[in-house]
Amino acid sequence: MAKITDASPLAKTPAETGVLTPEEIQHVMEIPLWQVRLRLLLRGLRTNVGLFAENPIGLVGLGLILFFVLLMIAHPILMRTVWDKNIYDPVLGYDTSIDFHPSPPSATHLLGTDPLGRDILSQLMWSTRSAFFLGLMTALVTVLIATTVGAMSAYFGGIIDTLFMRLADIVIMTPLITILIVMAALFDLTIVHLAIILGLLSGFGATTIIIKSQALTVKVRAFIEAARVAGGGHAHIIIRHIVPNLMPLAFLYMMFGVTSAIFIESVLSFFGLLNIRMSWGLMIHTTEYSGYLLDMSKWWLIFPASLAITLLCAAFYLVGRAFDEIINPRLRKR
Amino acid sequence: MRRYITRRLLQNLLTLFLFLTLVYLLLDAQPGDFGNIYASDPRLTPAQRQQLRANLGLDKPVLVRYGIWLGNVVRGDFGISYSNYPRKVLDIIKERAPRTVILFISINVLAYYIGFLMGKILAWKRGSTFEYVSTIFGVTLYTIFVPWFALMMIWFFAYTLDLFPIGKFVDPIKWLNAPVDANYIFNRMLLTAFIASLIIFLWTIYARRLNPAQRRPALYSGIAVVLVAAIAYWWSTGVGGYALDIAHHLVLPIVTLATVNFAGIMLLTRNSMLETLREDYIMAARAKGLPEEVVRDKHAARNTMLPVVTSFVLAISFVLDGGIITETIFSWPGMGRTLLIAAQEQDIPMVIGALLFTGVLALLGHLFADILYAFLDPRIRYS
Repeated sequence: MAKITDASPLAKTPAETGVLTPEEIQHVMEIPLWQVRLRLLLRGLRTNVGLFAENPIGLVGLGLILFFVLLMIAHPILMRTVWDKNIYDPVLGYDTSIDFHPSPPSATHLLGTDPLGRDILSQLMWSTRSAFFLGLMTALVTVLIATTVGAMSAYFGGIIDTLFMRLADIVIMTPLITILIVMAALFDLTIVHLAIILGLLSGFGATTIIIKSQALTVKVRAFIEAARVAGGGHAHIIIRHIVPNLMPLAFLYMMFGVTSAIFIESVLSFFGLLNIRMSWGLMIHTTEYSGYLLDMSKWWLIFPASLAITLLCAAFYLVGRAFDEIINPRLRKR
Repeated sequence: MRRYITRRLLQNLLTLFLFLTLVYLLLDAQPGDFGNIYASDPRLTPAQRQQLRANLGLDKPVLVRYGIWLGNVVRGDFGISYSNYPRKVLDIIKERAPRTVILFISINVLAYYIGFLMGKILAWKRGSTFEYVSTIFGVTLYTIFVPWFALMMIWFFAYTLDLFPIGKFVDPIKWLNAPVDANYIFNRMLLTAFIASLIIFLWTIYARRLNPAQRRPALYSGIAVVLVAAIAYWWSTGVGGYALDIAHHLVLPIVTLATVNFAGIMLLTRNSMLETLREDYIMAARAKGLPEEVVRDKHAARNTMLPVVTSFVLAISFVLDGGIITETIFSWPGMGRTLLIAAQEQDIPMVIGALLFTGVLALLGHLFADILYAFLDPRIRYS
């Protein structure tokens, strides 16, 4: 296996290296393919990270996401070490040492307790887990479907294209929350069901159309022709040549998908329609049915949860926007 | 043009049919059915239970039931609401639909007008502090948790400042001795608003043909005359106070939802405008020495409009969803709140009726966007 040195021709443009000697060509050919790919990937990543870091908006979003990840990780650690399980459990805990709940923030309960005597901070941190799980799972399902369907309908065209695009038209027009309210009221929806339904709906909807239009521009590029001339099958061309070129866009819509998934989950659990142990929306629901909704002297009941929803949604949206400015050449300042 | 609209109408009818099928299958797939609740009396013998189910038509296969149901829907028979027994579903829709439609229209008009205006200024001032502040403001509004935002609006404007009523449609105490009911007044208000906007629209078209010096004064005085006439009409009817009460209840929901929706339009217009500003004809217009405002408003902004209209199609469902949230929080008795309550109480006929209404509203919005698109972009040739 050849050792890659800084003198490797890969690191320089042809203008700098000039014509390669046969030994050098031999040297390059001996580099295993995965190393070349890794190098290219790292180089691309470095440029993109640089571009991303230029944009303060994206960094703010990333910082917020990191903050919530820290909250998520800290909860089980705190439960094992500092917090008493009987008092701080997000669903079943109750602090008997306090006479009246909801109690204001104090040293034992940093964000106070809710009307049922449970610690708000613990609920807030615990719910981060389900928010991330739902958001990422929805985004994954969405992108998986949208990329497959988009690439296929762009590549094959004809009846497949017509079918999926008409389906997308219908899905776009459907008010998502309205349908989900009906479904959640009639069926027993858990967070996994919700993630899959949301992923399916947005995967067959707007995201597909956007990804397909990108796939159409990829399809007419010369390397697709080259792959076909070289004898590549349909599956090979779609998976190895078209899909990798759709990935940046798919990643972008993953970010926006996370935002809408978290928002929709919060609305549904705010209406009390989801079968879920604890979530930010459910915390506000608890406040609502206890009658403290407009009582701003009990601000800790509604502000932490609502702010958490807003901030996490904004964080993913901001990262998506910053990413958009990188991959969308027309938005670049340069 | 006419052929295009006809074709779109037919396509929309097909979509509506598919939507109806989807709704029926969705509701049919729920665990258990009404027959189980209806025939759950333990004193009934199995044969009697079977007879009861047969009377309800529940023993027939799904496709037959679907056919019967579709026939009834086409004839406008949605059955009787369980939770509002014995009122007919269509009756309830007729009563509450205008309240949702007025929210939907005024929110869209306000949000698009302000959003477009702000968006084009943002793009024009790219890189300034104003742009950063507005973008952060816009992103916050765009991703804010709508129920919470609505609550904050109620808390601040209705509860603390006491400027507006806290939710609901009318103030019952004021209406104790009212000579007419609220729906009569509300429908009259809608009619007035519709006629007034029609006259203003026609007047705008007329005023655009005047010479530039007369255009603005003519336009503004025309609008003022129409508004004064509308107010004078309500003054003369003697029930203007009641109309004012409804309008007073209407302000806060509209402002809340318009604020939430305007942010997305502003951000989209900004992006779209930034792309337009890179076009060669903008540089050409500047090189000709045209004033900045003319370049911005006449050359750039008008070409920015197309993607914004496209986004309207995507936004329809978003506004309808936002409508459910807003109506629920403001206790506004429109179709969104009706749907939520009906779904929670398993009132299937009402749910179907409300879903159908939502679907029709979305389709009409779609059609409107299509026609607008054809007007805005003469390059698109519709055959």
